Amino acid sequence: MVTVRELPVEEYWLPGHSACPGCPAALGLRMLGKALGGRFVLVVPAGCTTVIQGIYPRTPSRVPLLNIAFAASASAASGLKAALELRGLDVPVVVWAGDGGTVDIGLQALSGAAERNEDILYVCYDNEAYQNTGIQRSGSTPAGAWTTTTPSGKRERRKDAALIVAAHRVPYVATASVAYPLDFVEKVRKAASIKGFKYIHLHAPCPTGWRFPPSKMVEVGRLAVETGAWILYEVENGVLKLTGRSRALLDPSKRRPLEDYLRLQGRFAHLLRPENREQLERLKKSVDEAWETVRAILERGGRVF
Amino acid sequence: MASELPLTAIAAPTKGAAGRTGLWRTERPVIDYSKCVGCLLCWLYCPEGAVVRRGDGGVEIDYDYCKGCGICANECPAKAIAMVEEGVG
Amino acid sequence: MARAVLSGNEAVALGVKLARVQVVAAYPITPQTTIVEKIAEYVDRGELKARFITVESEHSAMAACVGAAAGGARAFTATSSQGLLYMSEMVFWAAGARLPIVMAVVNRAVAPPWSIWCDHNDALSQRDAGWIQLWAESAQEALDMVIQAYRVAEDERVLLPAMVNLDGFLLSHAYEPVDAPEQALVDRFLPEKTPAPYWIDPSNPRSYGTIAAPDTYMEFRYKVQEAMENAARVIEEVDEEWGKLTGRRYGGLIERYRCDDAEVGLILAGSWAGDAKEAADALRRKGLRVGVIRLRATRPFPAERLAEAVEGMDAVAVVDRSLSPGLPSVLAAEVKAALYDRARRPLVKGFIAGLGGRDVTPLDFARIVELTLKSLKEGVGGVECYGLRGGGGGDG
Repeated sequence: MVTVRELPVEEYWLPGHSACPGCPAALGLRMLGKALGGRFVLVVPAGCTTVIQGIYPRTPSRVPLLNIAFAASASAASGLKAALELRGLDVPVVVWAGDGGTVDIGLQALSGAAERNEDILYVCYDNEAYQNTGIQRSGSTPAGAWTTTTPSGKRERRKDAALIVAAHRVPYVATASVAYPLDFVEKVRKAASIKGFKYIHLHAPCPTGWRFPPSKMVEVGRLAVETGAWILYEVENGVLKLTGRSRALLDPSKRRPLEDYLRLQGRFAHLLRPENREQLERLKKSVDEAWETVRAILERGGRVF
Repeated sequence: MASELPLTAIAAPTKGAAGRTGLWRTERPVIDYSKCVGCLLCWLYCPEGAVVRRGDGGVEIDYDYCKGCGICANECPAKAIAMVEEGVG
Repeated sequence: MARAVLSGNEAVALGVKLARVQVVAAYPITPQTTIVEKIAEYVDRGELKARFITVESEHSAMAACVGAAAGGARAFTATSSQGLLYMSEMVFWAAGARLPIVMAVVNRAVAPPWSIWCDHNDALSQRDAGWIQLWAESAQEALDMVIQAYRVAEDERVLLPAMVNLDGFLLSHAYEPVDAPEQALVDRFLPEKTPAPYWIDPSNPRSYGTIAAPDTYMEFRYKVQEAMENAARVIEEVDEEWGKLTGRRYGGLIERYRCDDAEVGLILAGSWAGDAKEAADALRRKGLRVGVIRLRATRPFPAERLAEAVEGMDAVAVVDRSLSPGLPSVLAAEVKAALYDRARRPLVKGFIAGLGGRDVTPLDFARIVELTLKSLKEGVGGVECYGLRGGGGGDG
């Protein structure tokens, strides 16, 4: 596992950008740049990162970056990779898309690119709602969460994007978190060394959208993993392994109570009131079910399908 | 004016693309170097890249761009960073 | 030059091969399918060294072309009707991003009701996108036009994507004798690499397509207009040069058929110009001096050339194979706008005809001329929907 000191000192996402204070996407972009030593090109669909770049003529990105329409990132990346290969340029093409542009409007193009096994790395930074347009729910918003379009808490469970991609039988799928940046860096480096379609689903706790103070961003991300709400794993050629902190948490008694994670976030405040007990139980059930899915996979030797 | 512009919106890498974002903050991190153990976690976790590595291996805050989010102070295992209100004393 | 009997679609595919396209991303839709099938064969046999991305939708087809062109490759796609409407967002993107992509549109009516047959509503719905829009009359022209389109699109004064339109079934599936130019000739005419106003270049990192605030957006968009104005000149230059190389000159922005002494003109785009020319010949044999102006380009709209061509005509019939409800004739409106400021201008009568593949014959064009002359006598132009069953359809 790479250490902090081994990471490049160089910044590939320059300071003084437009992100909110404490933005997890910005932290993720810093780590992505260090993981790949600034040698890659980015494809960025509409979302927070569009705005984080700021306004013409300035950008914080020290790597080439192609902005593209919301639904189109995986397809644009496919075409871009083809062109770079024809020019003899062996440079990773990395999609950097939010959960909206991945599990909802971007899902079709993502699925197509995965099925074609396009040689790209697709990173979804998941802040669990359409944050850029003002905190509306997405298919990745967890059950119970307040958003502007689910004011009483989202009724439906979220999509499991990583497993959806894994169902395409691509060479590499992983989950990661900005609260565990070294784990993320290792996964990016491993993915970049593989030919074919790679996917990393990066948990990105958003202070603005989840309603908590910016200073708690990394702590909230850590608690997501410690309580089991977010699971760190990787799937290499169809075989799943838990990674990092999640390895010790298969046993539910080792996980901190979910409330430890929820009580820090304004978007879940209503869940902790006694009258919303049912909603809270639904969220806990969805967390337990995600772990049961992982357990069943591990019990058959890690074969996801 | 139009002829000065490139073909389409093509932007160049710039520090401070959003200006001097240090002006955003209401409190600033202050490092107590007597407590700092040099773990570099503040440098690791800063979303801005506003914790800068010094030549001597230590860190310092780039106050031009630090937005005062407080993650560095929250994460410092040595409690060496305090968040101090801006414009006071 | 090799001569073969090819369909319009096969001619387009051959043009793509001769143009040494590098990335093709396409999704099938009737009546475009044989273009992409033919290209797939070329790639499979190694005759075209290209990456063929079998995308999962038309929106992705254009997105992949945008990515490929931004990465410096010569890119191509083809579609029709619903597919073009579905990719519309990305069609606009390609033009704003100034990427010299070429797309063949096999013109087909839009649903509902479902129709696989020919009309021009699909392409004309995209007329504001900033694409160059060209229209082929024959399979030969379709082949030549694909090659010319890359040359125009990639010209540094232009750098806009270009649409090559060919009528669904009527041209796409009609077989005609076609002379294929030699690869060496095409290589001389069309430089191997697309120009590099910008390519994604790891050694010179830039962010493309960022936000432009109100203080710059207008200027960026107006550049597309300036490029389109340049395109008008370049289209004529390219047609002239191609004419010298192959002996095939099409007239640049418009084709003028027997217009010099014409008293009445038919103005239209697409393969039915052939039927209009037959009607013009037949009417001339009866003593009526009829000319045909075939719009090879509708974007840029050839206002000046049109005005020159209608000089001396008392009336023109603009025959539109599309309907813009509330307007209703796109081409008639654009022709009138082009002629409005002229001191002398003919009466303009608009006809909407042939929607959803309804057959329009030389006899129909003759009748259209008759109706136009009637309007001229009455001194009133207007627009009518030609041949609407059960009556109605305008003031004709």
